[in-house]
Amino acid sequence: MKKYLLKRFVMSIITLWAIVTITFFLMHAIPGNPFAKEGKMPPVVYENLQKKYGLDKPLYQQYLIYLGNLIRGDFGDSMKSRVETVNDMIERGFPVSARLGAQALVFALVFGPALGAMAALYQNKIPDYISMIVAIIGISVPSFVMGTFLIQFVAKNIGFFPIGGWGEFKHTILPSFALGLMPLATMARLMRSSMLEVLNQDYIKTAKSKGLTKFAVIMKHAVRNAILPVVSVLGITISNLLVGSFVIEKIFGIPGLGMFFVKSIGNRDYTLIMGTTVFYALILILMLLLVDITYMLVDPRIRLTEEGH
Amino acid sequence: MKSKKLLILLSLLLVVSVFVSACSSDNETPTTEPEEPTTGEEQTGEKILRTNNSSEPGSLDPALAQGTHESWILNNLFEGLMKHDSTGQIIPGMAKEYTLSEDNLTYTFTLRDDIKWSNGDPVTAQDFEFAWKRALDPELAADYAYQLYYIKGAEKYNSGEGTVDEVAVKALDDKTLEVTLEAPTAYFLDLCAFYTYYPVNKAVAEANPDWAKDPSTYVSNGAFKLKSWEHNAKITLAKNENYYDKDNIKLDGIDFDIIEDENTAWQKYEGGEYDILVTLPQAVVAQLKAENNPELQIGPEVGTYYYNLNNDKKPFNNKKVRQALVYALDRQTIVDKIAQGGQIPATGIVPPGLLDENGEDYRKTTGDFIGYDLEKAKALLAEGLAEEGMTVEDFNAQGFVLLYNTSEAHKKIAQAAQEMWRTNLGLEVGLENVEFQVKLDREKAGDYDISRAGWIGDYSDPMTMLDLWYTDGPFNDANYSNPEYDKLIDIAKGTADQKVRFDAMRKAEKILMEDVPIVPVYFYTQPYAVKPYVTGVYKIPINYPTITYADINK
Repeated sequence: MKKYLLKRFVMSIITLWAIVTITFFLMHAIPGNPFAKEGKMPPVVYENLQKKYGLDKPLYQQYLIYLGNLIRGDFGDSMKSRVETVNDMIERGFPVSARLGAQALVFALVFGPALGAMAALYQNKIPDYISMIVAIIGISVPSFVMGTFLIQFVAKNIGFFPIGGWGEFKHTILPSFALGLMPLATMARLMRSSMLEVLNQDYIKTAKSKGLTKFAVIMKHAVRNAILPVVSVLGITISNLLVGSFVIEKIFGIPGLGMFFVKSIGNRDYTLIMGTTVFYALILILMLLLVDITYMLVDPRIRLTEEGH
Repeated sequence: MKSKKLLILLSLLLVVSVFVSACSSDNETPTTEPEEPTTGEEQTGEKILRTNNSSEPGSLDPALAQGTHESWILNNLFEGLMKHDSTGQIIPGMAKEYTLSEDNLTYTFTLRDDIKWSNGDPVTAQDFEFAWKRALDPELAADYAYQLYYIKGAEKYNSGEGTVDEVAVKALDDKTLEVTLEAPTAYFLDLCAFYTYYPVNKAVAEANPDWAKDPSTYVSNGAFKLKSWEHNAKITLAKNENYYDKDNIKLDGIDFDIIEDENTAWQKYEGGEYDILVTLPQAVVAQLKAENNPELQIGPEVGTYYYNLNNDKKPFNNKKVRQALVYALDRQTIVDKIAQGGQIPATGIVPPGLLDENGEDYRKTTGDFIGYDLEKAKALLAEGLAEEGMTVEDFNAQGFVLLYNTSEAHKKIAQAAQEMWRTNLGLEVGLENVEFQVKLDREKAGDYDISRAGWIGDYSDPMTMLDLWYTDGPFNDANYSNPEYDKLIDIAKGTADQKVRFDAMRKAEKILMEDVPIVPVYFYTQPYAVKPYVTGVYKIPINYPTITYADINK
């Protein structure tokens, strides 16, 4: 276990370095610059800005300086904001996005697998149809449509929900719902298909023939085994939810991190592009590691093969 | 045994989610809680104007501001030497009076006696000198430093060649400021109302260079002061009791939300959460216009929407071909049926609303240069293509492309232009949308045939639009060059004689509209919505709607 973790840690560092390097050079290769505007800027002003942000240096030097700062945990100054550094932006935006993401995750985790399990148990009966209709809506309705719909019809008609904005718990309900619908649907579908597979396995028959109650069979044997595919997508799902969604944050006017992912690229705000990318990569790597550990704990087969080597 | 592992799994998940939500609510509480009492609606008796500023300001330091998302807020926080009245006339602000030297180069401003910063310090001439020199500091690297290049020695200092002492702005005493310009500039007083020219409290800024980042250290000299700033969420202003004209300020404060999505902001306005809203979705403007809704205001704007023609490329090097493209556009239809925001068909390059030497509308007294004339367009195209030894088929075989930055509105207008050129002239032009940055890059490299562009003026003078096509000028993406036009621009920029200046500008625009290096499409307007109980909001062409003197009569 220790050896495995160490190996994973080293791999994670290498992955992170690769992501930093590729993003850095790709980002500088695309046309445009952080100071571009309609019409050209007087060359003097442009040069001053280049100098201020160190963009006048050769690219490899900029890269080395960036790596050095990164190791110290310094993401640098945003090239668009003179008020906040990239670290400030992440420190401020991440808790907002993460809170929304966590709520969406809880929502998806509570209802997704349950819906899928129910569908499998009542295959081709009404509950199956209902839950799969919900799943299809969740997967196929894009979040900007769902968000607009929620604002237009729910928030405007039911006075309780604010139309966008941030501050209190009630501000988070609609966006969490919109954000959680897609993972909920994905989980429901995954759960349904794996549950159907599990229900046909011999050990379920054995369990039934042992005389266990239907409830015990489902909870102890079927769900336990069927949930594995859901666990395996959790890593990516959690990371995606935590760092926020551009669309949801824009529509609901939420000051989160998700917004920066898209805006920084449009603005060619190099330091913010790097900051958000590295931060996302960190979260993703961490979550994948957590999921793998979880997997080992739930599925004895994986542990056996690991230990067998 | 098995249920134990299930428990471990569940608790692990719980730990992750609890940890995440816990750390989020921890960090959040301190920033949001103090703001809650300012939610406007619950205010009793206080008059708070609520609105949306569609984008987070990059800074609220006047020297570092560079667009309306900063200036709309700054204009309520600061006041320059001069300011605009509700009719757009320039009137004294912080200055009581000024004198201009014989050679039209040196302005001497005398400041009012009763002016104070929001922290109680008196506003001095030194504050202005400090602010302008600071904005020019190459180390600060302010985007808008070039707005100060009219001052003698300014550009040199900003480029790192000159020294700060060579910048010809000097506080003679606490109340007297002397400025010497590079060349006579008839609209210099107008610039003195512009945000790059706002003063900065010298003592505060020298003691704390980061003064503008935090409301607790923020000091301003205008009608309001900065009360709170929740990044990407909300900015609130409170009335400045130290402002000399405070009796004319009816509001106790202004709340700006920062919501980027136009539709969400509009829903909030409609739901009664805003008293005024400036950036409206296109469809909403069209609908309000159709309903004749009295809340909709169509304000004037100094801006022109146009297409660059690549003057280096055959056949766009031919004047007649360019003219044909200009005359073949039915701008009225584009404005009425497609843009639908109350825009005005372009009849030249200078939009209406700017005043001439007699205080009348420049556009009206100068007359129309271009319009929709199908017969003329056809004849010009035939002549022009013949001169280049081309036929319409040759033109179409080139596969010319109109480049625009990705946006639904630009796309629709481009499609209309494409269709008009096709049906009216038989010319085939393709469309290509690219990201804004890519468009800019290709324009600069001359790697385009036709490209969409727009220019919003910086100051209230026709020159803000007219000098864009100066040979090798920084904004001349069409790569146009005409020595005669350049000379007229030089004449207009080198004189303070209004008659000579406006004559030269009119001639320059005439040449420009004969050579048409670009295809003007329409003059921008600024639609905005104001609730019926709000009074005192007005719009002068150069600024966003002025809300400083607004009143709420509920």
